[in-house]
Amino acid sequence: MSVLIEDIKKAENLVHKKSSVLTDKVMHYCPGCSHGVVHKLLAEVIEEMGIQDKTIGVAPVGCSVFIYNYLAIDWQEAAHGRAPALGTAISRLRPDRFVVTYQGDGDLAAIGTAETIHACNRGENMVMIFINNGIYGMTGGQMAPTTLEGMKASTCPFGRDPQTDGNPLKITEIVAQLPGTNFVTRQAVHSAAAVRRTKKAIRKAFEKQKEKTGTSFVEVVSTCSSGWKMNPVDSNNWMEENMFPFYPLGDIKDV
Amino acid sequence: MAKMIGAIEVDIETCKGCSLCVEACPTSVIALADEVNGKGYNYAFMANPDACNGCTNCALVCPDSCITVYRKKVEMA
Repeated sequence: MSVLIEDIKKAENLVHKKSSVLTDKVMHYCPGCSHGVVHKLLAEVIEEMGIQDKTIGVAPVGCSVFIYNYLAIDWQEAAHGRAPALGTAISRLRPDRFVVTYQGDGDLAAIGTAETIHACNRGENMVMIFINNGIYGMTGGQMAPTTLEGMKASTCPFGRDPQTDGNPLKITEIVAQLPGTNFVTRQAVHSAAAVRRTKKAIRKAFEKQKEKTGTSFVEVVSTCSSGWKMNPVDSNNWMEENMFPFYPLGDIKDV
Repeated sequence: MAKMIGAIEVDIETCKGCSLCVEACPTSVIALADEVNGKGYNYAFMANPDACNGCTNCALVCPDSCITVYRKKVEMA
Protein backbone atom coordinates (compact mmCIF):
# COMPACT_ATOMS: atom_id res chain seq x y z
CA MET A 1 0.00 0.00 0.00
CA SER A 2 1.46 3.25 -1.10
CA VAL A 3 -0.80 5.51 0.95
CA LEU A 4 0.60 6.45 4.32
CA ILE A 5 -1.61 6.42 7.41
CA GLU A 6 -0.72 10.08 7.95
CA ASP A 7 -2.27 10.86 4.54
CA ILE A 8 -5.52 9.20 5.54
CA LYS A 9 -5.72 10.87 8.96
CA LYS A 10 -6.75 14.28 7.68
CA ALA A 11 -9.74 16.42 8.55
CA GLU A 12 -11.32 15.98 5.10
CA ASN A 13 -11.31 12.18 5.49
CA LEU A 14 -12.92 12.19 8.94
CA VAL A 15 -15.98 9.92 9.07
CA HIS A 16 -16.53 9.30 12.78
CA LYS A 17 -15.46 11.19 15.85
CA LYS A 18 -16.60 11.63 19.41
CA SER A 19 -19.81 13.65 19.69
CA SER A 20 -19.39 17.24 20.86
CA VAL A 21 -22.27 16.73 23.33
CA LEU A 22 -20.15 14.22 25.25
CA THR A 23 -17.85 15.81 27.80
CA ASP A 24 -14.15 15.00 28.14
CA LYS A 25 -14.71 13.13 31.40
CA VAL A 26 -13.69 9.48 31.22
CA MET A 27 -16.71 7.31 31.97
CA HIS A 28 -16.55 5.34 35.21
CA TYR A 29 -18.25 2.29 33.69
CA CYS A 30 -16.59 -1.11 33.56
CA PRO A 31 -14.90 -2.04 30.26
CA GLY A 32 -17.49 -2.98 27.63
CA CYS A 33 -20.49 -1.56 29.49
CA SER A 34 -23.51 -0.90 27.27
CA HIS A 35 -24.17 2.38 29.11
CA GLY A 36 -21.27 4.00 27.28
CA VAL A 37 -22.71 3.11 23.88
CA VAL A 38 -26.19 4.39 24.75
CA HIS A 39 -24.72 7.62 26.20
CA LYS A 40 -22.87 8.10 22.94
CA LEU A 41 -26.00 7.48 20.83
CA LEU A 42 -28.02 9.88 22.96
CA ALA A 43 -25.30 12.52 22.54
CA GLU A 44 -25.14 11.95 18.78
CA VAL A 45 -28.92 12.24 18.37
CA ILE A 46 -28.99 15.45 20.43
CA GLU A 47 -26.09 16.85 18.40
CA GLU A 48 -27.62 15.91 15.04
CA MET A 49 -31.00 17.40 15.95
CA GLY A 50 -29.34 20.56 17.26
CA ILE A 51 -31.26 20.48 20.53
CA GLN A 52 -28.39 20.54 23.01
CA ASP A 53 -29.67 23.71 24.70
CA LYS A 54 -33.30 22.57 24.54
CA THR A 55 -32.93 19.15 26.17
CA ILE A 56 -33.37 18.45 29.85
CA GLY A 57 -32.32 15.04 31.09
CA VAL A 58 -33.36 13.25 34.26
CA ALA A 59 -30.57 11.16 35.75
CA PRO A 60 -31.41 7.92 37.54
CA VAL A 61 -30.01 6.04 40.49
CA GLY A 62 -27.86 3.11 39.50
CA CYS A 63 -24.64 2.77 37.55
CA SER A 64 -25.68 5.60 35.25
CA VAL A 65 -26.19 8.02 38.16
CA PHE A 66 -23.25 10.10 36.92
CA ILE A 67 -24.67 10.52 33.41
CA TYR A 68 -24.91 14.24 34.17
CA ASN A 69 -21.11 14.33 34.11
CA TYR A 70 -20.90 12.84 30.64
CA LEU A 71 -23.50 14.63 28.51
CA ALA A 72 -23.35 18.41 28.27
CA ILE A 73 -27.09 19.09 28.54
CA ASP A 74 -29.20 20.27 31.48
CA TRP A 75 -29.82 17.56 34.06
CA GLN A 76 -31.88 16.88 37.13
CA GLU A 77 -31.09 14.01 39.47
CA ALA A 78 -34.15 12.03 40.54
CA ALA A 79 -34.66 9.91 43.64
CA HIS A 80 -34.48 6.18 43.01
CA GLY A 81 -37.19 5.20 40.52
CA ARG A 82 -38.74 8.65 40.40
CA ALA A 83 -37.29 9.86 37.10
CA PRO A 84 -40.67 9.67 35.27
CA ALA A 85 -42.29 11.73 38.06
CA LEU A 86 -39.59 14.38 37.80
CA GLY A 87 -39.76 14.17 34.00
CA THR A 88 -43.52 14.79 34.25
CA ALA A 89 -42.92 17.96 36.24
CA ILE A 90 -40.25 19.24 33.85
CA SER A 91 -42.21 18.50 30.69
CA ARG A 92 -45.31 20.21 32.09
CA LEU A 93 -43.45 23.27 33.34
CA ARG A 94 -41.29 23.58 30.23
CA PRO A 95 -43.32 22.21 27.30
CA ASP A 96 -40.87 23.88 24.91
CA ARG A 97 -38.07 21.54 25.99
CA PHE A 98 -37.22 17.97 25.11
CA VAL A 99 -37.27 15.85 28.26
CA VAL A 100 -35.38 12.57 28.41
CA THR A 101 -35.24 10.15 31.33
CA TYR A 102 -32.54 7.51 31.47
CA GLN A 103 -33.02 4.55 33.81
CA GLY A 104 -31.86 1.04 34.43
CA ASP A 105 -34.03 -1.96 35.18
CA GLY A 106 -33.71 -1.80 38.96
CA ASP A 107 -34.74 1.85 38.81
CA LEU A 108 -37.48 1.76 36.17
CA ALA A 109 -38.92 -1.74 36.58
CA ALA A 110 -38.55 -2.34 40.34
CA ILE A 111 -38.72 0.64 42.68
CA GLY A 112 -40.12 2.96 40.02
CA THR A 113 -42.76 0.69 38.46
CA ALA A 114 -45.64 2.87 39.66
CA GLU A 115 -44.06 6.08 38.36
CA THR A 116 -43.20 4.42 35.04
CA ILE A 117 -46.64 2.99 34.42
CA HIS A 118 -48.55 6.08 35.50
CA ALA A 119 -46.34 8.51 33.57
CA CYS A 120 -46.78 6.36 30.43
CA ASN A 121 -50.51 6.02 31.09
CA ARG A 122 -50.92 9.79 31.42
CA GLY A 123 -48.90 10.16 28.24
CA GLU A 124 -46.38 12.67 29.53
CA ASN A 125 -44.37 14.19 26.70
CA MET A 126 -40.91 12.76 27.28
CA VAL A 127 -38.47 10.20 25.98
CA MET A 128 -37.83 7.33 28.39
CA ILE A 129 -34.68 5.29 27.85
CA PHE A 130 -34.63 2.00 29.69
CA ILE A 131 -31.42 0.00 30.01
CA ASN A 132 -32.31 -3.62 30.76
CA ASN A 133 -29.44 -5.87 31.76
CA GLY A 134 -31.46 -8.16 34.00
CA ILE A 135 -29.47 -7.38 37.13
CA TYR A 136 -28.72 -4.73 39.74
CA GLY A 137 -25.29 -3.80 38.43
CA MET A 138 -24.19 -1.05 40.81
CA THR A 139 -24.99 -2.76 44.10
CA GLY A 140 -23.30 -6.07 43.29
CA GLY A 141 -25.34 -8.08 40.80
CA GLN A 142 -28.48 -8.82 42.79
CA MET A 143 -31.60 -10.27 41.17
CA ALA A 144 -33.81 -7.66 39.50
CA PRO A 145 -37.44 -8.01 38.34
CA THR A 146 -36.08 -8.48 34.82
CA THR A 147 -33.68 -11.32 35.73
CA LEU A 148 -34.40 -14.28 33.47
CA GLU A 149 -35.73 -17.58 34.72
CA GLY A 150 -32.73 -19.72 35.67
CA MET A 151 -30.31 -16.78 35.43
CA LYS A 152 -27.79 -16.60 38.24
CA ALA A 153 -27.40 -13.48 40.34
CA SER A 154 -25.78 -12.85 43.72
CA THR A 155 -29.14 -13.17 45.50
CA CYS A 156 -30.20 -16.23 43.48
CA PRO A 157 -26.90 -18.13 43.09
CA PHE A 158 -28.66 -21.27 41.82
CA GLY A 159 -30.65 -19.40 39.19
CA ARG A 160 -33.97 -17.59 39.44
CA ASP A 161 -36.76 -19.96 40.42
CA PRO A 162 -40.22 -18.57 39.52
CA GLN A 163 -41.75 -20.63 42.35
CA THR A 164 -39.97 -18.58 44.99
CA ASP A 165 -38.65 -15.52 43.13
CA GLY A 166 -41.52 -14.74 40.79
CA ASN A 167 -41.41 -14.35 37.04
CA PRO A 168 -39.34 -11.87 35.01
CA LEU A 169 -41.18 -8.68 34.17
CA LYS A 170 -41.62 -7.44 30.60
CA ILE A 171 -42.31 -3.84 31.47
CA THR A 172 -41.90 -2.67 27.87
CA GLU A 173 -44.82 -4.84 26.76
CA ILE A 174 -46.83 -3.48 29.68
CA VAL A 175 -46.28 0.18 28.78
CA ALA A 176 -47.01 -0.61 25.12
CA GLN A 177 -50.57 -1.46 26.13
CA LEU A 178 -51.11 1.92 27.72
CA PRO A 179 -52.86 4.60 25.66
CA GLY A 180 -50.35 7.29 26.62
CA THR A 181 -47.37 5.86 24.74
CA ASN A 182 -46.81 6.77 21.10
CA PHE A 183 -43.65 4.79 20.38
CA VAL A 184 -42.41 1.72 22.22
CA THR A 185 -39.43 -0.24 20.99
CA ARG A 186 -36.83 -2.69 22.22
CA GLN A 187 -33.30 -2.54 20.85
CA ALA A 188 -29.78 -3.68 21.73
CA VAL A 189 -26.21 -2.46 21.21
CA HIS A 190 -24.30 -5.74 20.83
CA SER A 191 -23.22 -5.21 17.21
CA ALA A 192 -22.59 -2.33 14.84
CA ALA A 193 -25.88 -3.01 13.01
CA ALA A 194 -27.78 -3.07 16.30
CA VAL A 195 -26.11 0.20 17.35
CA ARG A 196 -27.30 1.82 14.10
CA ARG A 197 -30.86 0.57 14.70
CA THR A 198 -30.83 1.79 18.30
CA LYS A 199 -29.67 5.22 17.19
CA LYS A 200 -32.51 5.37 14.67
CA ALA A 201 -34.95 4.38 17.43
CA ILE A 202 -33.68 7.07 19.80
CA ARG A 203 -33.83 9.62 16.98
CA LYS A 204 -37.40 8.60 16.20
CA ALA A 205 -38.35 8.84 19.87
CA PHE A 206 -37.07 12.44 19.95
CA GLU A 207 -38.78 13.28 16.65
CA LYS A 208 -42.05 11.94 18.08
CA GLN A 209 -41.76 14.41 20.93
CA LYS A 210 -42.29 17.26 18.48
CA GLU A 211 -45.85 15.99 17.97
CA LYS A 212 -46.58 16.13 21.74
CA THR A 213 -48.67 12.98 21.57
CA GLY A 214 -47.31 11.04 24.53
CA THR A 215 -44.40 9.11 25.92
CA SER A 216 -41.74 7.53 23.70
CA PHE A 217 -40.19 4.50 25.34
CA VAL A 218 -36.93 2.91 24.17
CA GLU A 219 -35.70 -0.22 25.91
CA VAL A 220 -32.10 -1.23 25.27
CA VAL A 221 -31.29 -4.83 26.21
CA SER A 222 -27.80 -4.52 27.65
CA THR A 223 -24.96 -6.44 29.18
CA CYS A 224 -23.42 -6.22 32.63
CA SER A 225 -20.13 -8.03 32.22
CA SER A 226 -19.09 -7.43 35.84
CA GLY A 227 -22.44 -8.53 37.26
CA TRP A 228 -22.71 -11.50 34.93
CA LYS A 229 -19.05 -12.40 35.63
CA MET A 230 -18.08 -12.68 31.97
CA ASN A 231 -15.84 -10.71 29.65
CA PRO A 232 -17.56 -8.13 27.40
CA VAL A 233 -17.48 -10.31 24.27
CA ASP A 234 -18.90 -13.36 26.08
CA SER A 235 -21.54 -11.12 27.66
CA ASN A 236 -22.73 -10.04 24.23
CA ASN A 237 -22.90 -13.66 23.07
CA TRP A 238 -24.72 -14.69 26.25
CA MET A 239 -27.19 -11.85 25.75
CA GLU A 240 -27.88 -12.93 22.16
CA GLU A 241 -28.45 -16.54 23.22
CA ASN A 242 -30.44 -16.00 26.40
CA MET A 243 -31.88 -12.50 26.61
CA PHE A 244 -33.19 -12.08 23.05
CA PRO A 245 -35.53 -15.11 23.07
CA PHE A 246 -37.30 -13.66 26.13
CA TYR A 247 -36.86 -9.98 25.21
CA PRO A 248 -37.32 -10.00 21.41
CA LEU A 249 -36.00 -6.93 19.61
CA GLY A 250 -38.12 -4.67 17.46
CA ASP A 251 -40.82 -2.01 17.55
CA ILE A 252 -43.72 -2.96 19.79
CA LYS A 253 -45.89 0.10 19.25
CA ASP A 254 -45.74 2.95 16.78
CA VAL A 255 -48.74 5.25 16.44
CA MET B 1 -10.88 0.76 -9.77
CA ALA B 2 -11.55 2.81 -6.67
CA LYS B 3 -10.98 1.42 -3.25
CA MET B 4 -11.78 2.70 0.21
CA ILE B 5 -8.92 2.80 2.63
CA GLY B 6 -9.29 3.81 6.22
CA ALA B 7 -7.43 4.44 9.40
CA ILE B 8 -8.43 4.68 13.03
CA GLU B 9 -7.01 6.68 15.86
CA VAL B 10 -7.50 5.30 19.37
CA ASP B 11 -7.43 7.57 22.39
CA ILE B 12 -5.11 5.27 24.29
CA GLU B 13 -5.67 6.74 27.74
CA THR B 14 -9.49 6.51 27.42
CA CYS B 15 -9.50 2.96 26.07
CA LYS B 16 -10.43 0.28 28.59
CA GLY B 17 -9.42 -2.69 26.48
CA CYS B 18 -12.90 -4.24 26.38
CA SER B 19 -12.08 -5.73 22.93
CA LEU B 20 -15.58 -5.10 21.54
CA CYS B 21 -13.95 -3.26 18.61
CA VAL B 22 -11.70 -6.26 17.95
CA GLU B 23 -14.83 -8.41 17.59
CA ALA B 24 -16.71 -5.83 15.53
CA CYS B 25 -13.95 -5.29 12.95
CA PRO B 26 -14.87 -7.21 9.76
CA THR B 27 -11.32 -7.08 8.39
CA SER B 28 -9.44 -8.00 11.62
CA VAL B 29 -7.50 -4.75 11.75
CA ILE B 30 -7.66 -4.15 15.48
CA ALA B 31 -5.92 -6.02 18.28
CA LEU B 32 -5.16 -5.32 21.91
CA ALA B 33 -1.63 -4.12 22.59
CA ASP B 34 0.78 -6.01 24.81
CA GLU B 35 1.58 -2.74 26.54
CA VAL B 36 -0.84 -1.11 28.96
CA ASN B 37 -2.05 2.47 29.28
CA GLY B 38 -1.96 4.61 32.42
CA LYS B 39 -4.92 2.77 33.90
CA GLY B 40 -3.39 -0.66 33.28
CA TYR B 41 -5.59 -1.68 30.34
CA ASN B 42 -4.28 -3.33 27.19
CA TYR B 43 -5.46 -0.69 24.73
CA ALA B 44 -6.71 -1.29 21.18
CA PHE B 45 -4.48 -0.42 18.24
CA MET B 46 -4.26 -0.99 14.48
CA ALA B 47 -2.37 -4.25 14.22
CA ASN B 48 -3.06 -4.70 10.52
CA PRO B 49 -3.50 -1.15 9.13
CA ASP B 50 -3.50 -2.14 5.44
CA ALA B 51 -6.79 -4.01 5.78
CA CYS B 52 -8.78 -1.08 7.23
CA ASN B 53 -11.57 0.20 4.98
CA GLY B 54 -12.94 2.81 7.37
CA CYS B 55 -16.29 1.10 7.94
CA THR B 56 -16.70 2.72 11.43
CA ASN B 57 -17.99 -0.48 13.04
CA CYS B 58 -15.33 -0.24 15.76
CA ALA B 59 -16.27 3.33 16.59
CA LEU B 60 -19.98 2.45 16.73
CA VAL B 61 -19.56 -0.31 19.32
CA CYS B 62 -16.91 1.51 21.40
CA PRO B 63 -18.51 2.29 24.78
CA ASP B 64 -15.92 4.95 25.61
CA SER B 65 -16.04 6.81 22.27
CA CYS B 66 -12.26 6.64 22.01
CA ILE B 67 -12.02 5.70 18.31
CA THR B 68 -11.85 8.30 15.52
CA VAL B 69 -12.22 6.94 12.00
CA TYR B 70 -10.87 8.37 8.73
CA ARG B 71 -11.71 7.10 5.26
CA LYS B 72 -10.28 7.97 1.87
CA LYS B 73 -11.10 6.88 -1.66
CA VAL B 74 -8.07 5.94 -3.73
CA GLU B 75 -7.86 5.03 -7.39
CA MET B 76 -6.11 1.70 -7.91
CA ALA B 77 -4.05 1.17 -11.01
